[in-house]
Amino acid sequence: MKLFLKFDLNTAYKKILQEQLDKHTSDYALVSFGEVDINDSVSSEQLKELYAQLSSYGFEVVESNKSILIQKIKDTIVEMIFMEDDLPATKISSYLANKLNHSYGYLANVFSEVTYTTIENFIILQRIERAKQLLITNQLTLTEIAWKLSYSSVAHLSTQFKNTTGLTPTVFQRIINKRRKVFGEGKTEEPDAE
Amino acid sequence: MNEVIHILLADDDEDDRLFFKDAFKEIKVKTVVHIVNDGVELMNHLLKEDITLPHILFLDLNMPRKSGIECLTEIKKIPHLKEIPISIYSTSASDEDIEETFVKGANVYIKKPSDFSTLKKILTQVITVNWQYHTSGLNRDTFLLSI
Repeated sequence: MKLFLKFDLNTAYKKILQEQLDKHTSDYALVSFGEVDINDSVSSEQLKELYAQLSSYGFEVVESNKSILIQKIKDTIVEMIFMEDDLPATKISSYLANKLNHSYGYLANVFSEVTYTTIENFIILQRIERAKQLLITNQLTLTEIAWKLSYSSVAHLSTQFKNTTGLTPTVFQRIINKRRKVFGEGKTEEPDAE
Repeated sequence: MNEVIHILLADDDEDDRLFFKDAFKEIKVKTVVHIVNDGVELMNHLLKEDITLPHILFLDLNMPRKSGIECLTEIKKIPHLKEIPISIYSTSASDEDIEETFVKGANVYIKKPSDFSTLKKILTQVITVNWQYHTSGLNRDTFLLSI
């Protein structure tokens, strides 16, 4: 018996992509034919797995090497700042270069080109993010937080906090507390440190 | 990541609107800027079906018909809109105003600068930081920036 098939390429394309993407994240959008926007911070490991699965359907991911590298840079920084209780003594720049096997100059260039911001700024943003989290969830004093995050002094942390958020740590804490009353306790969730 | 960033501005002052639009034309981040002229228009626009929700909303405080604060409060009560990051964009910047809008759910407070190059710098900073919150798993609930 011979079957004669008629099929809609577009539907097949969408269906396959959605099935594979759903395995890893729900936060994505099929932007146009041949383009997917993955919104959430999917880890570089998961991305690798996704690409492998897609390739068995004849899909090939192009133009993503830079995105993967950026994701690895971000993952490494976040891991250093959030996961480890005490930051390693090595400078982040040499740590990144060693771990990712590229010169720091190259990493810095790719990062700025794609994200419009610098690795340094990203690190500051993440450290302040961690400081915020410690300020509102733990009963740590600013001195303890400065020490925990390897700031040279409380003044250094306060200044960087003010430069990054425009607010002092005290005002920040007050606003978040008041906001919790306005929106109810459940509103401020634990940040996901993926 | 190199995608276009959607921006929405609600401002009743024509000069400020032009200033804002021109600034976005000159900064290197790719953006689409949509502008509404007051709070009522803003809410009508946001409640339309089939619109692309903005990656960030810039909201003037003093507008006729419906003020920025009223819009802020309304938006935060609407489930599919409440996650939109909101940046207050105002000529006044008293500590009380800043704190009040943050407590009511705003993420960013920009005091309108008087010169064009400062405006470009500020808007670039807000867009890039906001983008990090969008893409790097940072906690939106504690995203506050006063600038």
